Amino acid sequence: MDFMLDRIHKAQTLCNAACEKMGRQINIMEVCGTHTVSIFRNGIRSTLPRKLKLLTGPGCPVCVTDQGYIDTVLQLADRDDCLIATYGDMVRVPGRGGSLETKRTKANVKVVLSSEDALQLAKDNPNKIVVFVAVGFETTAPATAVVVKEAAAGSINNFCILSGHKLVVPAMRALLSGKNHNIDAFLCPGHVSVIIGYGAFAEIVEDFGRPCVVAGFEPLQIIEGLGEICQQLSAGKAELKSVYPAVVTEQGNTSAQKIIAECFEPVDGYWRGLGKIEKSTLKLKDKYSRFDGLKRFNITETPGEDTSGCRCGEVLCGLIEPPECGLFGKSCTPQTPVGPCMVSSEGACAAWFKYGQKRKDE
Amino acid sequence: MRTTKNDRILLAHGGGGQLTDELIRHHILPKFKNDTLAELGDSAKLNVDSKSLCFTTDSYVVKPLFFNGGDIGKLAVCGTVNDLAVAGSKPVALALSLIIEEGLEFELLDKILSSVSQAAKQNNVDIVTGDIKTVEAGAADKIFINTAGIGVKLAGADLGFEKIAAGDKIIINGTIGDHGLTIISQREGIKFQSQLQSDCAGVAGLTCELLENTSGANPVRNKTPEASASRLTGISNGVKFMRDPTRGGLAATLNEISKGSGLSIEIREADVPVSPVVQAAADMLGFDVLTIANEGKFIAIVSPESADDCLNICKNHPLGKEASIIGEVIETRDTPTVELITKIGGKRIVQMPYGRELPRIC
Ligand code: SF4
Ligand code: SF4
Repeated sequence: MDFMLDRIHKAQTLCNAACEKMGRQINIMEVCGTHTVSIFRNGIRSTLPRKLKLLTGPGCPVCVTDQGYIDTVLQLADRDDCLIATYGDMVRVPGRGGSLETKRTKANVKVVLSSEDALQLAKDNPNKIVVFVAVGFETTAPATAVVVKEAAAGSINNFCILSGHKLVVPAMRALLSGKNHNIDAFLCPGHVSVIIGYGAFAEIVEDFGRPCVVAGFEPLQIIEGLGEICQQLSAGKAELKSVYPAVVTEQGNTSAQKIIAECFEPVDGYWRGLGKIEKSTLKLKDKYSRFDGLKRFNITETPGEDTSGCRCGEVLCGLIEPPECGLFGKSCTPQTPVGPCMVSSEGACAAWFKYGQKRKDE
Repeated sequence: MRTTKNDRILLAHGGGGQLTDELIRHHILPKFKNDTLAELGDSAKLNVDSKSLCFTTDSYVVKPLFFNGGDIGKLAVCGTVNDLAVAGSKPVALALSLIIEEGLEFELLDKILSSVSQAAKQNNVDIVTGDIKTVEAGAADKIFINTAGIGVKLAGADLGFEKIAAGDKIIINGTIGDHGLTIISQREGIKFQSQLQSDCAGVAGLTCELLENTSGANPVRNKTPEASASRLTGISNGVKFMRDPTRGGLAATLNEISKGSGLSIEIREADVPVSPVVQAAADMLGFDVLTIANEGKFIAIVSPESADDCLNICKNHPLGKEASIIGEVIETRDTPTVELITKIGGKRIVQMPYGRELPRIC
């Protein structure tokens, strides 16, 4: 315990020194929603200098999923021959025609915890076509790839996926290429890095001169990650580092990468709030196209506009904090979400709503 | 004289005729032998001499009906017993009402009734009256149970929000989150569900002991020599308030206490007992353990002078081995709030939980 507090203290000293030296606000974006929640839950903001600002990034797949995709899912949910297999937090995301939760055809919607469960659902319901709502970053994409291969090998033809899988690095590039961003550095997500390897962030460091530090989700790692970033910033450096060395390697999990590459190819895709991002979305390769829900049902997705009044886009880019949105906590709450950031437990707005009440001395 | 041999509940079992009579005589009465119930009168006559009674009711619709560490029957007894216990009373009698869906197997019903009877015995209460209704298939989910209970207020036990003062200590009798996470993991089919176990238990034995020994409450039952030896002299009004943190968990209960007393609360994360499996399950699902339901726990707000004695009494009881002083009541600066000092020394506000949480994606 003391040992931990010592390390925390050291990291805090680095943060304080950097803020003093730079004499301006330092903005660090935590890319992943799990970081956001951990930061709130552990009261990390209260231990940091005031001039260090943490921005919540686009790190929750639920939040960044485009409205067009949701609409496609809703459309398929209306068909009698389909069963929709989805992760729990997608159920409440509002599309143009309601959400999966408000569907009259709710019996067609099954919540699953894994892609395996979705495939099992197909095996158990041979008269229905099971559509797996495959969202997530590189963390969940390998699991989707595994079941697609399994379905192909076992000729399970009543199974298909709607791939909403997204890639983290292209989104970070898009953020930094935007005109009015104010991001000084990134705290990179541990579990995505386990798969892609911390080496994957090298291009951000090289092309944009922004420090990228990979950290796990324990509070100590987060604070040490922030300390490392501050040290770099005050020395005027930008480097790639991992403070999660036990778990994250430079290469990552090559077999997971292989299976992603075998089944998917990156294509341009739409992100909520960020718009179209080059080579940022995973699409099933042609040899697996019979498992591609879009092709199977002959659907062309139309990118959706965001719900009026919802400022998720700005939230996801770190331009505003959720309470600055006029709907926050008023018409938009976790029970009646207006935008996706309020839906997922790790969405920026939901995390602020649940944990963000300010203490009087903040 | 049975006309047909049924192994399932029929609608007619609730019809008031012969089948109802059979159900009561063969399945209910043998399990709850006591004179009051055996009379089968329209209402139970109780002989209690006390000027002050506590009276409560609660309905149980838990799914799954059977879970690690308990079932709906045990829960229905313990839940109501605990409501009476934390009000400062000794539970004496319960009413048991069953709403049964047509088609329920007698085998299940008998299992549930056995555990009702066992839990009642353990908690020293009699089931003195009750009711049975049957409903058509689909109109209920197998079985719903309502229990109502009467407790005799311990003379001298003087509990209430208005008794709470700054400086008072907050005690919990053991680990949090066990019940809620057991139910959720079993419902969602999570891997390590078998290692989770609900804490479902009736705490009246322990609360009565606490009150008798530290609040100048009159003993209501014979004491063993050991118990008398540990009896403290000179402390009265040690226990000021008690509540069981069920739905909404510790977070909800502490917020209610803070609001009710107009005082703020500060708790230390490091002192809140959480079992490692529960923590792991909560992390995996993205839940905050502070918001997860408990069924065998209570919070006691006690005077600073009596805190150590109260803690010892808890620790010497089978249901309080892991009891801990988790924090203090403090003066309110502005609005009453509940604050958590996290393990890393950060601070955050513990908000009233909001609605139902969905498990996260990855
Ligand atoms: S759902 Fe997964 S990828 Fe998204 S924020 Fe949570 S942990 Fe990160
Ligand atoms: S508070 Fe609601 S409406 Fe506003 S940005 Fe967040 S999700 Fe969108």
